[in-house]
Amino acid sequence: MKNMTRLGLGLLLSSSVAMAHAEDVKIGMITTLSGGGSHLGVDVRDGFMLAMEQSGKDDIDVLIQDDANRPDLARSLANEFMQRDDVDILTGIIWSNLAMAVVPAVVRQGTFYLSPNAGPSDLAGRMCHENYFNVAYQNDNLHGAMGAYMREEGYEKPIILAPNYPAGTDALAGFKHLYEGDVIDELYTQMGQTDYAAEIAQIRASDADSLFFFLPGGMGISFMKQWESSGVDIPIFGAAFSFDEILIKAVGSAAIGARNTSLWAYDLDNETNHRFVESFREAYGRTPTLYAAQGFDTANLILSALEVAHPDDQDAFREALRAADFDSVRGEFRFGPNHHPIQDIYVREVVEGDDGQPTNRLLGIAIEDIQDIYYEQCQM
Amino acid sequence: MSVTLLIEQLLNGVQLGTMLFLMASGLTLIFGVMGLINLAHGSFYMVGAYATAAITASTGSFLIGLGAGIVAAALAGALVELIVIRRLYHRPHLDQVLATFALILIFSEGTRLIFGSSPLRLSPPSWLTGFVTLPGDTRYPIYRLVLIGVGVAISIGLYLLISRTRLGMRIRAGESDREMIGALGVNISKLYTLVFALGAGLAGLAGALVGALQSVQVGMGEPVLILAFVVIVIGGIGSIKGALFGALLVGIVDTLGRVYLPIFFRAFMPPSEATGVGAALAAMLIYILMAVILAFKPKGLFAAHD
Repeated sequence: MKNMTRLGLGLLLSSSVAMAHAEDVKIGMITTLSGGGSHLGVDVRDGFMLAMEQSGKDDIDVLIQDDANRPDLARSLANEFMQRDDVDILTGIIWSNLAMAVVPAVVRQGTFYLSPNAGPSDLAGRMCHENYFNVAYQNDNLHGAMGAYMREEGYEKPIILAPNYPAGTDALAGFKHLYEGDVIDELYTQMGQTDYAAEIAQIRASDADSLFFFLPGGMGISFMKQWESSGVDIPIFGAAFSFDEILIKAVGSAAIGARNTSLWAYDLDNETNHRFVESFREAYGRTPTLYAAQGFDTANLILSALEVAHPDDQDAFREALRAADFDSVRGEFRFGPNHHPIQDIYVREVVEGDDGQPTNRLLGIAIEDIQDIYYEQCQM
Repeated sequence: MSVTLLIEQLLNGVQLGTMLFLMASGLTLIFGVMGLINLAHGSFYMVGAYATAAITASTGSFLIGLGAGIVAAALAGALVELIVIRRLYHRPHLDQVLATFALILIFSEGTRLIFGSSPLRLSPPSWLTGFVTLPGDTRYPIYRLVLIGVGVAISIGLYLLISRTRLGMRIRAGESDREMIGALGVNISKLYTLVFALGAGLAGLAGALVGALQSVQVGMGEPVLILAFVVIVIGGIGSIKGALFGALLVGIVDTLGRVYLPIFFRAFMPPSEATGVGAALAAMLIYILMAVILAFKPKGLFAAHD
């Protein structure tokens, strides 16, 4: 059916316009460009487009739409992209709840989906699909890696904190899975909460020796600023989602000293990464975040697979994606059997940069070759 | 559970309450005097925070920034009243909700166009950072104590303004009979603009003060707006006294609920479940409180119009 419409369109257009090459590829990007937390989508887009520009290809058409962080809108955009624009590949979604609303229907209808950020457990496990690839991480990865790191560093009484919603409970579960010890207490906050005085007082009243928290976006900024003025003096740990270059600059000095796990760091030492960071700074005038790195890798993975096959040849294109034969800014990159990365996770520390602004510095590897725990449930 | 933790949490509750009062007092004044439901009140909160962050960054002085934030929010309020709100007083509430909701979208996207989508940086000035040691060896941030102080000062100021000045007399008159004070020769449209700007300025002050504790970002006003509506419904719509009591009640109940409900459930449940159930119930607590109060006092605690 899809090929027939393509053929029909081709016949209609071939006489007048020369654009409808058989080899042309259309990529639809649905990402969050407005509203709260939109700097994630902006960075994914900018990283992605940077790679596209650097490839110098003019037969790839990238269509970009803003989902405003709304699942219903993301879903209708996906339908539009598939039915009206007939895209070959979809990508771009930032948030797990939006991915769950969009991805299953997209891949069932025979379109490829590559995730540049969200990695909900269901899509890695029982709902995995041969046309779904996650180029970023499975949601548990960074939290689990921090659990392993804190165990190794000898912290014995961590207190852990997250918002009370699926990704929050998953984060704490992921942490505990690899921390492998007892935590002193678990605190759940409300989603979107902005005042953390009550939680900070509880942390002070406990005799915890360290704090691990997962508070993405603005919640993390609020928490860190209030933490600094509280006078509680235990080391803090988290995942990179609360410590990207943009967030820590909004937090200011309160972020200094915090350690966080990330799948990538801008000072990671490899040739691809040097070139990426340099060209990104040149093009956009700011240091890339991990989201930009993920967007960049996603684009390069697509480009590498397009060298081998056109997405219309689904089996060949899928094999080419699976091979992941591209230079990742993370160094080594490979997919597990459920099309989720098996990768090293790094630890970074927030320090004061040369310009007096906080910035992340790479400390080392938290855990090598981490793989999610859901791949066994995946049958494709 | 120690007494010091309880005292600290009570202070936290009062601090949250005083900031809610700054939002709720403007909202309730506007509703009381003009009969207008203003969903865009959270946008003035955001305008105050953004202006303060921008001016503080360029001048290096938090106080100048704070002044600029209040002025910017009040100006935005006056402009919005003159251009848009003025046409809505005689329309049904649904039209008002629709128009002020549109204002939220315009303010949010406008702010994003000017300042970008990344959160801005705003911290308390260095002479307000740090903490004081209270009796019982509790450390409490100075900045939060200052917020409580500002909240109390504003409450007293508002009380004096409304009970002792000519403007206050007109506001009270406007609350009880809008048409009559117009007939008595009071320039009603000037009064409306003034009240609207006053409410917006208070929201801007709250946004600026709280923005230094939290993150200054697009959409920061909406969660507070919801709480402020709960406050004025509990307190009685149109009543400043009701807004004060409602705000303190909501602040304290919300704070204590978040701390003590999970602890309470742990007495007879496994810890991880108790935390989840407690946190979920704590999130609902103020709405339950509102439902209970409305069941006994359908017009709120201090209804302005009986």
